[in-house]
Amino acid sequence: MALPDLGPLWLTLELAAITTAILLILGTPIAWWLAHTRSHVKPAVEAITALPLVLPPTVLGFYLLILLSPKSAIGGFWLEMTGTTLTFSFIGLVVASTFYSLPFTVQPLQAAFEVIGRTPLEAAAMLRAGPSDRFFTVAAPMAARGFLTAAVLSFAHTIGEFGVVLMVGGNIPGKTKVISIAIYEQVETIRYADAHVLSAGLLIFSFLVLLLVYVVNRRFPVHVG
Amino acid sequence: MALSVDIRLSYGDFSLKVAQDFQLSGVTGLFGPSGSGKSTLLRVIAGLEARAIGRVAMKSEVWQDGHTHVPPHRRGVGYVFQDTRLFPHLTVRGNLDYAFRRAKALGGPSTEEIVDALDLGTLLARRPSQISGGEKQRVAIGRALLTAPKVLLMDEPLAALDEARKADILPYLERLCDQSRVPILYVSHSVAEVARLAQHMVVLRDGRVLRTGPAAEVLSDPEAVPMVGSREAGAVIEARIVAQHEDGLTELAVSAGSLFLPRIEAAMGDALRLRIPAQDVILARTRPEGLSALNILPVTVTEVKIGEGPGAVVQLRAGQDLLLARLTRRSVAALGLKPGVAAHAVLKSVALAKSDIGTPHMHRGADSGAI
Repeated sequence: MALPDLGPLWLTLELAAITTAILLILGTPIAWWLAHTRSHVKPAVEAITALPLVLPPTVLGFYLLILLSPKSAIGGFWLEMTGTTLTFSFIGLVVASTFYSLPFTVQPLQAAFEVIGRTPLEAAAMLRAGPSDRFFTVAAPMAARGFLTAAVLSFAHTIGEFGVVLMVGGNIPGKTKVISIAIYEQVETIRYADAHVLSAGLLIFSFLVLLLVYVVNRRFPVHVG
Repeated sequence: MALSVDIRLSYGDFSLKVAQDFQLSGVTGLFGPSGSGKSTLLRVIAGLEARAIGRVAMKSEVWQDGHTHVPPHRRGVGYVFQDTRLFPHLTVRGNLDYAFRRAKALGGPSTEEIVDALDLGTLLARRPSQISGGEKQRVAIGRALLTAPKVLLMDEPLAALDEARKADILPYLERLCDQSRVPILYVSHSVAEVARLAQHMVVLRDGRVLRTGPAAEVLSDPEAVPMVGSREAGAVIEARIVAQHEDGLTELAVSAGSLFLPRIEAAMGDALRLRIPAQDVILARTRPEGLSALNILPVTVTEVKIGEGPGAVVQLRAGQDLLLARLTRRSVAALGLKPGVAAHAVLKSVALAKSDIGTPHMHRGADSGAI
C-alpha cells in the first residue's frame, strides 16, 4: 500500500495554526471588552460572536463566499491589491476559519476574564501598573488556563471544519484541500484504505492534543484563591 | 497642606457627600458603621470610583475635578484592601517585587527593609494560597509600602481576621503607624482599633461626615458618644510606667494619679495609651471605702449630657485628661452631678490602647489588660 498524500495534513495544520494565532490576537480584546463592559450593546455583540456555534456551516460559508467574492467590495479590493481572489485560496480559508472558530476563542477567554474580575486589576493599579502592564502581568497570567483552552479548542475546531471550507475554498490540492475534504473525497471515491489512514491519524492527533491539555492543567494548576 | 476632598457619589439609595481636608501627618481613623461610605470614600480618593463627581487634590496636585481625572496608577496612593488581593500567580516575593519594580526610582523603602520590618523572610517562597490570613495581610501591607506611596489607604485591614490573628498583626500595624513617614487613612468600624492606632478621627455616617478632630478629643466628647456607639464609647488617655510590683501589677502614672494593671512587659518610663470605656466608669461623690476596685481617680464634672431614654453621659476632668462615664439619669440626679462638682471615678476596666512611639518591644495581645 502506497502512503497516501500527506499534503492535506500539513495544509490543515498550517491553517489551524495561523487561524489560532489570528484568533488569539483578535479574540482577546473582544473577550476583554465583553468581560468588562457595561454597554447595552454587549448582548448583541455576544450573540454575533456566538452565531457560528448554531449556524449551519453552509449558511456561514454561503455568506462568506458572497462577502469574499471578487464582485464584493472586500473581495474586489483584495483582487485589485494582490491580483488574486480571496475565494478558493488559502487566505480565504484563513478568513473563513477565523469567523468559524471565533466563539471557541472568545467564550473561554471571556469566562476566564470574568472569573478574575476587576479586583486584582485594581490592586495592580494601586501598585502603579498602567492598563497594558495590568493586562500582561496580572490578567493574562491569571487567565493562562483560559488562553490554553481557547487556543486548543480553536485549533481543534479549525482542523475539524468541513462545510465552510468546502463552500469558500473548494478542493484545490495544496491550496484549499484540507484533511476533512481529502477524507470526504477518498470516501466518495471508495478509497477506504487512504481514508482510514487520514482519519485514524486525525483521531490520534486530536486525542493527543486534548490529553496534553488535561495533563498540563493537572500538573501545573493555576494558583487561584 | 492636606489631602482635600469635596465629592459626591450616589448609587441606589445611598449617597456619599464629603467635603473634608485630611491631615497629611500620622494616622487618621475613618470611623463609622458598615454602609456609612468609608470604603467608598477611600476608593474615590484612590481614583477607583469613576462615577464620583467633585474635586480631589493632594496638596497642590489636582487628582480630580471637572476637567481632570488622574488614573489610579498615577496617583501614587498605596492601598491595603480588606481582602488583601495578593496576586495568586506570584509568590510572596513576586508580589513584593511587583510593587518595588514599579516604584524603584521614587526613593521608597527597599524590599529588604520591608521584609525585615514585617517579618516576611520565611514566607517569601510561598504562594498566597499557602499562608494564613494574617500573614497575607502583612504581605499586602508590605506590598503597599513598597510603592513609595504619598498616602497609604487602609480599608479595614483587620476586619476579615479572627481575634488571634488580629493580635498577631496589630503590633506590626502599630509600629507602621508610629514609624512610617507616610500619612495613613485608616478605615475601621472598631473604636478600639481607631483609639489604638489613630491620632485624628473622622466619623462618617450615612455618607456624611459627622465629626472630625483629634482622636482623644472626639473620644472624650459626650456629644460624640451616640456617633461611636454608647457601648464602645470611651476616652483615651496617656500613661507612663512607673513601677513593676511584686504581686504582678504594673503601676502607671496618669495626670490624675496612679493606675494598676496586670503586668505589662515594658520598660520603666515607657509611655502608653489607655482606653477607658465609658460604661466601665462608676462615680462616687466621696472617696469610696471598702471597695475592691484598685483604680480610683479624683475628678471634676465638666459636662453632663442627658441622652434619650434613661441614659446620660458625663464628661470628667481627671488631672489634664478627660474621661467619659455612662450613667443613668437617675444617678445623675441622685448625685447632683453638674459642671464643677467634684467626684471620684471608679474605673472597672482599663485597656491598654497603644504602646509608645518608637518603643522597640511590642505588647502582644495587650488589649485585654482589664482589672
